[in-house]
Amino acid sequence: MRTHTKLSIAALTLAVLAGCSSTGPEQPAAPTEDKSPTAPTGPTVSPVTPPSVDGKKMTAEEALLAQLKDPNSPLSKRIIYFDYDSYVIKDSYASLISAHAKFLTANPKFKMLIQGNTDERGSREYNLALGQKRAEAVKRALMLLGVQEGQLESVSLGEEKPRMVGSDEASYAENRRSEMLYSGEF
Amino acid sequence: MIKLFRLMAVALLFAAQFAHAQLTVEITGAGANRIPIAIANFAGEGLLPQALVGVVRADLERSGLFKLVDPGPTPVHQDAAVDLNQWKDRGADALALASILPVPGGRYEVRMRLYDIARQGKPDGMIFVFAPATVRETGHRIADFIYEKMTGERGVFNTQIAYVVKKGSRFELTIDDADGQNPRIALRSADPIISPTWSPDGTRLAYVSFEAKKPIIYVHSLTSTSRSVVANFKGSNSAPAWAPDGKRLAIVLTKDGSSQIYTINADGSGLTRVAGSSSIDTEPQFSPDGQYIYFTSDRGGSPQIYRVPASGGNAERITFEGSYNVTPRLSPDGKTLAYVSRNGGRFQITAMDLATRQTQILTDSSRDESPSFAPNGRMILYASEIGGRGVLSAVSADGRVKQKLSGQAGGDVREPAWGPFNKP
Repeated sequence: MRTHTKLSIAALTLAVLAGCSSTGPEQPAAPTEDKSPTAPTGPTVSPVTPPSVDGKKMTAEEALLAQLKDPNSPLSKRIIYFDYDSYVIKDSYASLISAHAKFLTANPKFKMLIQGNTDERGSREYNLALGQKRAEAVKRALMLLGVQEGQLESVSLGEEKPRMVGSDEASYAENRRSEMLYSGEF
Repeated sequence: MIKLFRLMAVALLFAAQFAHAQLTVEITGAGANRIPIAIANFAGEGLLPQALVGVVRADLERSGLFKLVDPGPTPVHQDAAVDLNQWKDRGADALALASILPVPGGRYEVRMRLYDIARQGKPDGMIFVFAPATVRETGHRIADFIYEKMTGERGVFNTQIAYVVKKGSRFELTIDDADGQNPRIALRSADPIISPTWSPDGTRLAYVSFEAKKPIIYVHSLTSTSRSVVANFKGSNSAPAWAPDGKRLAIVLTKDGSSQIYTINADGSGLTRVAGSSSIDTEPQFSPDGQYIYFTSDRGGSPQIYRVPASGGNAERITFEGSYNVTPRLSPDGKTLAYVSRNGGRFQITAMDLATRQTQILTDSSRDESPSFAPNGRMILYASEIGGRGVLSAVSADGRVKQKLSGQAGGDVREPAWGPFNKP
């Protein structure tokens, strides 16, 4: 788990430094093993916890990345859930959206991919369109708060990538979502 | 060495036979007036590498329009003198007899005679010459012949269907005979494949694949197994539908934000916007005459079916009942619209007579999707769910005949598309 996080951060760092966009089917998936010689060795990898805890010095970039992962930061929360058949963002997500908007406006080098998803009920193609609306809703909300369009990309995965597999309301609710991913996380 | 090679060939044959799960067809409803038909065992069938008469009988019975009368175990030669009254006493309104002979070139000839006992006329006859590898296809052609003679409409036994099977986390785009007994995998992928649809000439499939981590539309040639990208614009590329001329496709793109309908040439050139709104517009489908594009839109507040002239213009709303009507599919004669409606939380295949705008819910299950008309318009193939697993079912356009096509082995079957009369 720890290794996994480390590697993800290493990948994220590389992606951000490279000014990576979302193109290319060769995007590295989240590494699942650390034995691979091609995995980033990450000498600059930082701990997940803030620098004060373990005393090491971090670059500004690394501190930002750590912030995105810090479970105590709202930025670590990336999912916005929707009501059935709806692409209206509920008021309760206002502070979460604004935290991400602040981060993105303060760090214009960072890019975000917003993936819209639906539950499995109904037409696959309609759900693909509905997922797009859910992703677009988040994109628009971020833009209203000053985020540049060039930092944001919205895509839909429709009902094809459920977080929870099951035909019950708990699964459906978990799957009606938009996920916000930063460069290197997708 | 040769022996080893032979053994390997046999092993491969076996592998090919058992690699794919076949779909078995179960009839759960049938037409009110089924034609009782006796199909005697074919004379000379023992010469064939595979059973033939069984294919014919299964096809006709599955249609729900025929009832098989027990012909007894004895093969009857096609030109044998028959006492039709005797067959009538057994309850048969029709009698089919056939003989098989080897012909030069390692092929076979089947001659068939069909007696319409009720009409007492001259028997109809036909002759097919076929290769040993096409026994099943020949069976479907014989069944089509009988079907057309007895019902007056063209049969669809010798057509193909496409569907997607999800096995674990893998996806297989599969081509199969309409009876689900001859599956061949056209594409394997670790990512979802949706919305396969046949070109009017039956040689190509358009579909949406997520293999590049986002939906992109491909056209896949079934004759050359080559494929090309039709649409890979920013955002999602989905919902391909062929124009009747087979040259253009209606597609859905989100390159400008929400889902909008365009047309594009099959080679990816000539992109033209058809309908634009800030709402969801998706699932385009040409009317058979090419005049209209039917589509799903939530512009009125809930997903409903609309149509717009294919050349552009104002959209006209078609469905009004209920709050969820999606996936419009036109019958081949353009008179009936099949779609999915949500009724009290159940998703069901529904038909609308476009002249009267009367609707009828055709299915009594609750998770039905992806309706697809048979090329003769008689049956509608669709995806359903039993015990949490995707299965294919079919219902007649009048709701009377119901069939289940259920896979024998594991795997979720979904996204069916019935091919045209034309085969590659």
